Amino acid sequence: MRVAGKGLIDRSRPISFRWDGTTYSGFQGDTLASALLAHDVRMVARSFKYHRPRGILSAGSEEPNALVTVGRGADTDPNVRATVQEIYEGLEARPQNAWPSLSFDVMAVNDLAAPFLGAGFYYKTFMWPGGFWEKLYEPLIRRAAGLGALGGEAAKDQSEKAYAFCDLLVIGAGPAGLMAALVAARSGADVILADEDSLMGGRLNAETLSVDGQSGHVWAGQMVETLRAMDNVRLMPRTTVTGAYDGGTFGALERVSHHLSGVPEGGVKDTFWRIVARRSVLAAGALERHIAFRNNDRPGVMAAGAVRAYLNRWGVAPGKALTLFANNDDAHRTACDLLDAGVHISGVIDSRPDAQAQGDYPLYAGAVVTGGHGRKELEAISLKTQTGTERLFTDCLAVSGGWNPTVHLTCHMNGRPTWEPRIASFVPTSGSIPGMETAGACNGAFSTAACLAEGVAAAQASLAALGMKSASVDLPVAEDTPYAIAPLWAVPGKGRAWLDFQNDVSVKDVKQSAAENFASVEHMKRYTTQGMATDQGKNSNVTALALLADATGRGIPDTGTTTFRPPYSPVPLAALGAGAKGKGFAPERFTTSHAASVEAKAPMVEAGQWYRPSYFPVQGERTWRQSCDREVGYVRNAVGVCDVSTLGKIDIQGPDAARLLDLVYTNMFSTLKEGRVRYGLMLREDGYVMDDGTTARLGPEHYVMTTTTAAAGQVMRHLEFVSQALHPEWDVRIMSVTEHWAQFAVAGPLARNLLSGVLDDPLTDEAWPFMSCGPVSVLGVAGRLFRISFSGEHAYELAIPARYGDSLFRLLVARAEAMAGGAYGMEALNVLRIEKGFITHAEIDGRVTAGDIGMARMISAKKDCMGKVMAARPGLVQEDRPQLVGLKPVGPVKQLSAGAHICSRDEDAVPTDDQGYITSVGFSPTMGHFVGLGFVKAGLGRHGEVLRMVDHLRGLDAQVELCDPVFFDPEGGRARG
Amino acid sequence: MRFSGLRVLKEGLTGNKGWEPHWRNPEPKPEYDIVLIGGGGHGLATAHYLAKIHGLTNVAVLEKGYLGGGNVGRNTTIVRANYMMPGNSEFYSHSLKLWEGLEEDLNYNVMHSQRGLINLFHSDGQRDAFARRGNRMIAQGDDAELLDTAGVRKLLPYLDYDQTRFPIYGGLYHKRGGTARHDAVAWGFARSASDRGVDLIQQCEVTGIDVEGGVVKGVQTTRGPIRAKKVGMVAAGRSGQVAAMAGLTLPIESHVLQAFVTEGLKPCIDHVISYGMGHFYISQSDKGGLVFGGDLDMYSSYAARGNLPLAEHVAEAAMTLMPMIGHARMLRSWAGIMDMSPDGSFIMDKTDIDGLFVNTGWCYGGFKATPASGHTFAHLLATGNPHPTTAQHRLDRFRTGVGIMDEEATGSQHNLH
Amino acid sequence: MRLPCPICGARDHREFYYQGAAVMLDRPEPDAGSDVWDEYLHLRPNVPGAHDELWSHDAGCGAWLRVTRNTVTHEVIGAVLASEVSR
Repeated sequence: MRVAGKGLIDRSRPISFRWDGTTYSGFQGDTLASALLAHDVRMVARSFKYHRPRGILSAGSEEPNALVTVGRGADTDPNVRATVQEIYEGLEARPQNAWPSLSFDVMAVNDLAAPFLGAGFYYKTFMWPGGFWEKLYEPLIRRAAGLGALGGEAAKDQSEKAYAFCDLLVIGAGPAGLMAALVAARSGADVILADEDSLMGGRLNAETLSVDGQSGHVWAGQMVETLRAMDNVRLMPRTTVTGAYDGGTFGALERVSHHLSGVPEGGVKDTFWRIVARRSVLAAGALERHIAFRNNDRPGVMAAGAVRAYLNRWGVAPGKALTLFANNDDAHRTACDLLDAGVHISGVIDSRPDAQAQGDYPLYAGAVVTGGHGRKELEAISLKTQTGTERLFTDCLAVSGGWNPTVHLTCHMNGRPTWEPRIASFVPTSGSIPGMETAGACNGAFSTAACLAEGVAAAQASLAALGMKSASVDLPVAEDTPYAIAPLWAVPGKGRAWLDFQNDVSVKDVKQSAAENFASVEHMKRYTTQGMATDQGKNSNVTALALLADATGRGIPDTGTTTFRPPYSPVPLAALGAGAKGKGFAPERFTTSHAASVEAKAPMVEAGQWYRPSYFPVQGERTWRQSCDREVGYVRNAVGVCDVSTLGKIDIQGPDAARLLDLVYTNMFSTLKEGRVRYGLMLREDGYVMDDGTTARLGPEHYVMTTTTAAAGQVMRHLEFVSQALHPEWDVRIMSVTEHWAQFAVAGPLARNLLSGVLDDPLTDEAWPFMSCGPVSVLGVAGRLFRISFSGEHAYELAIPARYGDSLFRLLVARAEAMAGGAYGMEALNVLRIEKGFITHAEIDGRVTAGDIGMARMISAKKDCMGKVMAARPGLVQEDRPQLVGLKPVGPVKQLSAGAHICSRDEDAVPTDDQGYITSVGFSPTMGHFVGLGFVKAGLGRHGEVLRMVDHLRGLDAQVELCDPVFFDPEGGRARG
Repeated sequence: MRFSGLRVLKEGLTGNKGWEPHWRNPEPKPEYDIVLIGGGGHGLATAHYLAKIHGLTNVAVLEKGYLGGGNVGRNTTIVRANYMMPGNSEFYSHSLKLWEGLEEDLNYNVMHSQRGLINLFHSDGQRDAFARRGNRMIAQGDDAELLDTAGVRKLLPYLDYDQTRFPIYGGLYHKRGGTARHDAVAWGFARSASDRGVDLIQQCEVTGIDVEGGVVKGVQTTRGPIRAKKVGMVAAGRSGQVAAMAGLTLPIESHVLQAFVTEGLKPCIDHVISYGMGHFYISQSDKGGLVFGGDLDMYSSYAARGNLPLAEHVAEAAMTLMPMIGHARMLRSWAGIMDMSPDGSFIMDKTDIDGLFVNTGWCYGGFKATPASGHTFAHLLATGNPHPTTAQHRLDRFRTGVGIMDEEATGSQHNLH
Repeated sequence: MRLPCPICGARDHREFYYQGAAVMLDRPEPDAGSDVWDEYLHLRPNVPGAHDELWSHDAGCGAWLRVTRNTVTHEVIGAVLASEVSR
């Protein structure tokens, strides 16, 4: 219920929202949790395993219980913490993991079967009969498990990613963080202050404490305004720093629009930040922990600090007759604040016999709560006092087992926290994150005065490390109450006392785990699932490991903790993967002929990051094969034009250019004459083929290398490595010019005729023999011509500065069409090269040697080259290695398929009989049958042999004859002529 | 104690008081026939098979932390037999068959779920490469189906078939592929080995390997010296450090591989999906979390933790492949230390030191190998000869070039995988 | 992780390509023998702790760097141009 006169909500701005089909109203500043509590809505969820009723436990992102689904359809957002979700007009939220309704959930039957479903039960059963796991047990378990459901379609809203840089990142805007930010900012540092909450101020907004004589929240508000006014400060509310990474890099999630009714035009739902900070201050506060007792999970049982927060920040009393159960002084503030606000306190139960009342409420010192009553809502509690037992009627029990410093980020780089007996909890271990100071409650400093002072000190230490002088700032006056606590983890007794509320892990489970020798804290976690829920144990891990320490007879420090890992709180994949949806995943590279190809209705296919035309259909063609056959015919009979710009082009210049090429290629390039082109083979240092291509010598110290499309980046890096790292003494420079030049193959018997029409100088066979190159003038534009052929025909590649590519391509195609030729695409290019036995990365797939492709002799004996030594290893020159062969069908089945295996004719296809495999196939209109390339054991010497091709996957079984890979024009007269 | 549904029922009715420890906590003895360094999945599996098949129970598994705390407890749980290279293909086929009888063998439900694995391809060339792989799998006696786009769409209707950067041409469907509950695999092997008499010794770090005259004599540990006739090194990412204690250098580089899980969600992904173009793979755990991973972080590391670029990259791959995943939240990330071999395939062999054996180089794929690694390493330790399925996995294959298994076709030298 | 490129300054490691131990700089002579080559290519230092390694600033200036980095903590101790330390 709402309490008059309390809270920081704006009561002049009512907001209506829907929960579980009912319309409610709240106020600006409410979270879904505070608004529901204001309407006395208690049960909001069901637990994961036993589907027990769940109410709101906390007031922050650590909430394990109140997970709800917001929105519908593509906007469905499951597992939203009601304690973080701010309400907005039209917000629609509903319960999840309950069917048919939250109130009546059939899966709650699990709770009755709990004796059989304890820790690790599934490892011990469901093994019989075989095959039933997938068919029966697993589907049942999967359906019962899980929390919310995804909407099943792509979210329409966008998220984005961003970078930020600063001198000092302050994480948490409570008293410590605000002071750290102020000192650093006044000292001239670039400061980012990030806080998970929508309202900065931390606990000051949840308490009735004063700072410098003002209400804490008023002081915090003034600090925030002071900081906001400074140019060197960036305030980031609603921003969770999710992870600490190497080099002062932090991940952070900014929830940009979750509190708004829809994403504003052009806006985003979330932004994932990469913040690079020279120094950081962690001022993340502390999280309250629970005390385990029977049925301590009933809706209405809440964290004491959260009850205080609902009262002081949101003006909500989460019950009419409240009780408090604690083992520390701090929790008594809850009772005092409630009393001051006029809320009835039925009793305060403090496990410490010497506990003192701090207000006018009934105190049960040295007593414990032994059980909660009521099923869907808390109705009463049982007590064991120093004199006997009692039962108190209450609809809300505030529990505090003490506070755990929020040390999580300090553990992200494998740091382990240190046990601090004074607060019976863990504190950060100094130096866990390079450059990070810790301050305030996350450091175990629980009074406001200590937080303020530690914030200042952390800023000063950071500034000193930055080499900056600290500005002097007056320390505000605040309470400095000592933190008095006597550890109490669980109340002994019958029944189930709960630790991990979401995963339904009880004290018994932890004990049973220890009894079954899952005694290491990691084993216990994995066996019981303790701490593996969406809160990652924030509410229960310390308690669970204290109980494990007890069960195993070890101390808590010896028991150790499990590891906190990023992210601190969960990050939507849409934010972490922002920008990648659809085409955003990888850059798209387009050739200059792209538009013309698309206009010609060529299907564009991905070739790495590039797009290339598959074929250019003409009217009347029904299949791609018809187009392909026609385009092959252009090249064999007339002239074809193909964009080959995607091949890597590397410009190599300098006095030592030839030496570089001699080292990276197996064959010699220093002897290549100017104006000539040579085919080159490149090995990796491990002796296998890396790439092949042609390199042209344009001048005495000037070469231009072409690589395959796929290996362009790898080859470029390789050349840089050789020249920078192995031979820095060489005078040679390398530049990728792939995108500077558009390059077109003009191939076919009429290629010269076509080019003669566009070149300004005559194109004669004498001046331009096969494998020549040089500068040309293309209708007045300076270009380069290479007389090379990947089709086996008389052919050229004409390069021109990329800005002329589009017009040149259109011109060449038009001229070719006038000569009964035209453009050809990847399909035809592939057939043409298979007909000629030319290899691509289908053949040189990274596992083949020069010998495997019949090029052993290309490794020059006269010089060293990269990979030469390792290429001579025994295993790389074995005679029975699979070697490149041509393949043609010779039996009744006339088809070949790439990926098929080759085995001897009369045997079943078994792995021991595997003779090889097929890498490339195509129907050759020139030869009138399928042609293929493949690798067969010792294949170079087996031409003429007939073997069997088996493609189990496509149901093909054919007889194939091994032959020379060059099917067409083996003498090569057409290319030279 | 035998586990069964009946036993669960009986214990449930009697207060669950009768459950026994899954394994003993023995003090180390002064001497064993065989000492295994590393109490991860492979070490525990080796112990199980040594005891079960070879009757060797005077065996100790030394673990510096807790059992199953290495890569077996931090992987993405995928089990498959879809290898192509001769040598690997037989081995992983053998492994999958062991998986299929593992629960019966161990009397432990490791939740081996043969839910089917789909490797997507995105070009004609990739289809052909997968066809080569699939044909090899079938010839090996395993299962494979080549799906076209429609076939993939039928199984995985939630992928983006229209806007995605790399369109889905189809997939190689391996029905017997799937997942298992990774921790349970370690525990099941541990329980069985312990029951059969093997000593599993936790919090026992090996600090030295004793070698005299080229023969291994035992190990030094944080719990005192232990003599041994044979020593097996099964230390995954720490293999190089362990071998260095015997003066050996292994062809291993240690790298970091991250993995991720989302919050629990109702069933939405029923298969294991592998998206090669994005170095991304994903499945849904029985608890509802989407478990996914990607490539190595790509730098040498012993830190067992990664950095943001890789985490972002896998999330980006997820968003382009299955944008419906956007509102799932990454709950946790973790990492393991991978023992990367030059060719990406494992090494299982004797060493030049008599009685010292090595089992390493599992790269980022050791989980699915767990049973067969244990089975074949036990064979090697017990008989001195490699099991037929590991005959090619020699330690000297990089020097000789014989039997290199470059499964990923990225090379047979370091840092190309 | 951020690497201090001597040319560009500190940059996120996503801009770099990793190549492994810096022994790659000491390429043996062709006739050094198979053991030396085996060691060069396969038996590289793989130490927990300070590690000299090669990175290429692919998405930056294209320089190859020799970086000294702790493989346990990921602390980057220094970086120089490979061209300045080779041979």
